[in-house]
Formats: sequence, structure tokens, C-alpha cells
Amino acid sequence: MLAKRIIPCLDVRDGRVVKGVNFVNIRDAGDPVDNAIFYDEQGADELVFLDITASHEKRKIILDVVEKTATDVFMPLTVGGGIKILDDIRDLLNAGCDKVSINTTAVNNPEFIKAAAERFGSQCIVVAIDAKRVHDSRFEIDQKREVPEWLNASSELKQRLFIENPSEKAWEVYTHGGRRPKGINAVEWAKYMEELGAGEILLTSMDRDGTKEGFDLELTRAISESVSIPVIASGGVGNLEHLYEGISIGKADAVLAASIFHYREYTVKQAKEYLKDKGVAVRL
Amino acid sequence: MDNPNDITVAIIDYETGNLFSVEHACEYVGLSAAITSDSTVIMDADAVILPGVGAFGGAMENLKRLDLEFPLKDFIATGKPFMGVCLGLQLLFSESEEFGRHKGLGIIEGAVVRFPAQTAVGGPVKVPHIGWNRIHKPSGKDWDNSPLRNLNEGEFMYFVHSYYPEPLSKDVILSITDYEGVQFCSSISQKNVFACQFHPEKSAKAGLEIYKQWAGLIKTRII
Repeated sequence: MLAKRIIPCLDVRDGRVVKGVNFVNIRDAGDPVDNAIFYDEQGADELVFLDITASHEKRKIILDVVEKTATDVFMPLTVGGGIKILDDIRDLLNAGCDKVSINTTAVNNPEFIKAAAERFGSQCIVVAIDAKRVHDSRFEIDQKREVPEWLNASSELKQRLFIENPSEKAWEVYTHGGRRPKGINAVEWAKYMEELGAGEILLTSMDRDGTKEGFDLELTRAISESVSIPVIASGGVGNLEHLYEGISIGKADAVLAASIFHYREYTVKQAKEYLKDKGVAVRL
Repeated sequence: MDNPNDITVAIIDYETGNLFSVEHACEYVGLSAAITSDSTVIMDADAVILPGVGAFGGAMENLKRLDLEFPLKDFIATGKPFMGVCLGLQLLFSESEEFGRHKGLGIIEGAVVRFPAQTAVGGPVKVPHIGWNRIHKPSGKDWDNSPLRNLNEGEFMYFVHSYYPEPLSKDVILSITDYEGVQFCSSISQKNVFACQFHPEKSAKAGLEIYKQWAGLIKTRII
């Protein structure tokens, strides 16, 4: 039976892990390799590096981080952030990364996902979706929305993906860390991304991210039941019960968390033991 | 070779993805790895690894375009140790149904097929099969002389694939894995050929143990 995955996520800026705290067992809290070894020893099933390097000139640093990590740690690595062209993916895969996570570039140009899946295989193309519940008034939405050109250009896609009625129960796709609403229905978007060749969805609730109130379970379940590719739930984990709910109620195939592991509130091993006691299949 | 006792492993480069971790796993267990698409280097190597991720048809085309199909068959015919990983296992089979029918290397009789969209009782099956799953010994089989010899029955390995192999002969099946009720062949052993659908180089300590045992088997054959 396939185990549910526990995935710690590390934010990396200019080659250094940010939000670093002084771990007892870590020599250097900012060193990505030390962090990766730390999580590997706890039994993490995968690692996600989210590259938040702002400057484009410093983009190459993440390749070095991936190479060093993949030299010492033999576990699956996913890298997200700043992927704009196919060669960015090629460079990351050659450096020892297994999957890439793509958000903004997919929203700007969905065909990029198709091209990426055709060239590298669906198994390494993760589409990251940042979604927020629709509750603004129409006026506010129209003011803020940045509807992509390709969506306005195709009446077929617009009918399918666009959130026409702001009072409808829906989740909207955002980019830029939840700042830019795109007018796209997140559930429909996930289905469309699967059609174009995405191998996995990394779903983050922007309403819950950073709140420690738990996943948006309704959103997680809506997407997980709409696609036939694995869904990684993210955003809002504050305790181990939340991880369990993401799997049992949200129907997620994997759960991602940052701060509960990073600030050593729980170890990955504790999380797995908790889930095992609840009857969830995990790798221990 | 600086040291005549060095064991050289040729890792086949045919432009399908991540060779980095395979190379480093070899080095981790003391094998001298060379990433290559040169048939002379392949024939001179003590052992060969055929890695790979991605689509079957495109990978076979690459092997042909790079003139690797016959060197690989010739190498396997020498009886020297050969390991296939993921797509590298699938390519050993007669054919695959991935995006139309494609012929493989034909070392192992059988076909590579896609996971069904639904379970036997109609539940959804998520494809790709991504993550950690258990490998089991088929009844009457032991792992004593295989690279799996030091693993526990039911050990977890990391998988990422949408297709799985169906060998014609059950005798080649070294391990079985269950995904949503499909009991599929997750590794094979046929004479000098060992191949696995999972990624040992991504399967933490247990995966590295496979590389270590494989290296041990190579040594006992060579020395």
C-alpha cells in the first residue's frame, strides 16, 4: 500500500534557508544541506525547496544548493520558484532534483506545462496552485484582478475556468504569494493542468497559509476528488491533527508543512507515529 | 583506472533525466562511475546501469539515435552485471503500450502497461504512482543472491511511474508491490540482469543498501 507522504518545505533565499532557528542537531541553521540531512534522518519522505531568491542574477545559486544536497542526501527533491523556461527545468533535473514545482509560469502560459511534460515527463512536473476563497464584492475583484491574456482570448477556456460570479462558492487562483488574483477557478484549473500533463498538484490555501489553523479541507477535498493525479496539501498546519485531517477529510496524498518542523514543534517521526496510530499508512 | 581493483560502472547517458543521484549512489558505495554514451566505454566497463525517467518511445528513439541499442544488448550478453532503474527496467521488455505501441530491447519477455484508471471496485486510482511503497517477496522466492538480500520483507522504496512491467515468465519476478489492488512486478532478476521499477538512489538508507549489495555481487563475480 502506498504510504501517505510527509514533506517538509524549506524556503531558500540566495542559497540560504530562511526562517532558520538554532537547531540542536544542526551545525548551521541556514545551510540547506544540513537541513536536508536533518529531515532525512527523521524519515521525511521528500523535501521541497522553495527558491525565493528575488534577483534573477542569483538564480544559479539554487542549482548549487540542489547539487550539494543530492550529493549527500538520497531522497526525492522538489524545487519550486522562478522557473520560467524549459532549460530552467533541465538545469534543475541535471543538478539532481527530481521534480519541479511551477506556479506563475503556468498561470501566465498554460501551454508551458504541456511542453514541459512532453519534454521531461509528467512525473517531474508539479503544478503549484495558490488558492483563496472568493468573498470580495464584484467591484473589488474587478479592481484587483489580473486576468491572463490567454484566458480573455479563448471563450472556451473562459467559460470553463473564469469565475464570473464573485458570490459563487469557489476558490480563486492567485500568484505572487497571494497578492494577485487571476480570476481562475482553482478546481477547474487543477483539472486543466492535469489535462496538459501535470503529474502532481501542490495546493496551498492562501487563506490558511501561516495561520496554523489547519488546511482548508473543503478546498483540498474538492481538488483531490476532481483530479486523478496526486495532491499535496499545504498551508495552515499548526499541529499533527491538522496533518491527519488533510489526509482523512481532505483526501490529500501527501501533506506539506514548514514551520511545525522547522521550529521543532514536532519531528517528522512524531508526525508519522501520530498518523500511524490513527490508521494512516506511513513509512516508518 | 588508477587502481586496478577499481570497479567501473558505466551509467548510460541517453538524455532522459536525472543521472546525478545514480552517479552519487555508485560513488557512495565505492564504485567508480562514468556517465557515458560511448559504446567502447560501455563494453570495457565492469558493470552497466541503465537509468532513466520519462516516456518509453522517446527513450527508445534516443537509444537508437545514439547507437546504444546493440552495445547494450552485447554488454548484457557478456554476462557482466547490469542494472536497470525505472524506465531502464521498462526498456528491457519486449514492448510498451505507452502512447502507442513501442518495441523495447527485448531482453525480458513481456510488456509494459498502464495502471488502470479505476480499482476493481470502481474507486479512483491516482496515476502517476508517486511515493513510498512496499516491496514483497513473491512466494517461494528468496532474495539471497540478489541486491535485495539485506532488506527486510516489505521494505519501503520510492516510486514515480505511470506504467509497470508484466513479465511473461513469473520466474524473473524478484519483488511485488501493491498499488490500489494491482499487484505489480517491482523488480526483476534474470541471470546477470537486475532491474527495479523504484528508485533505490532516492530511497534513503534502504535504497543505498541495494547499491551496496549490488557492488558486493559485482566484486565476488570479478575477483
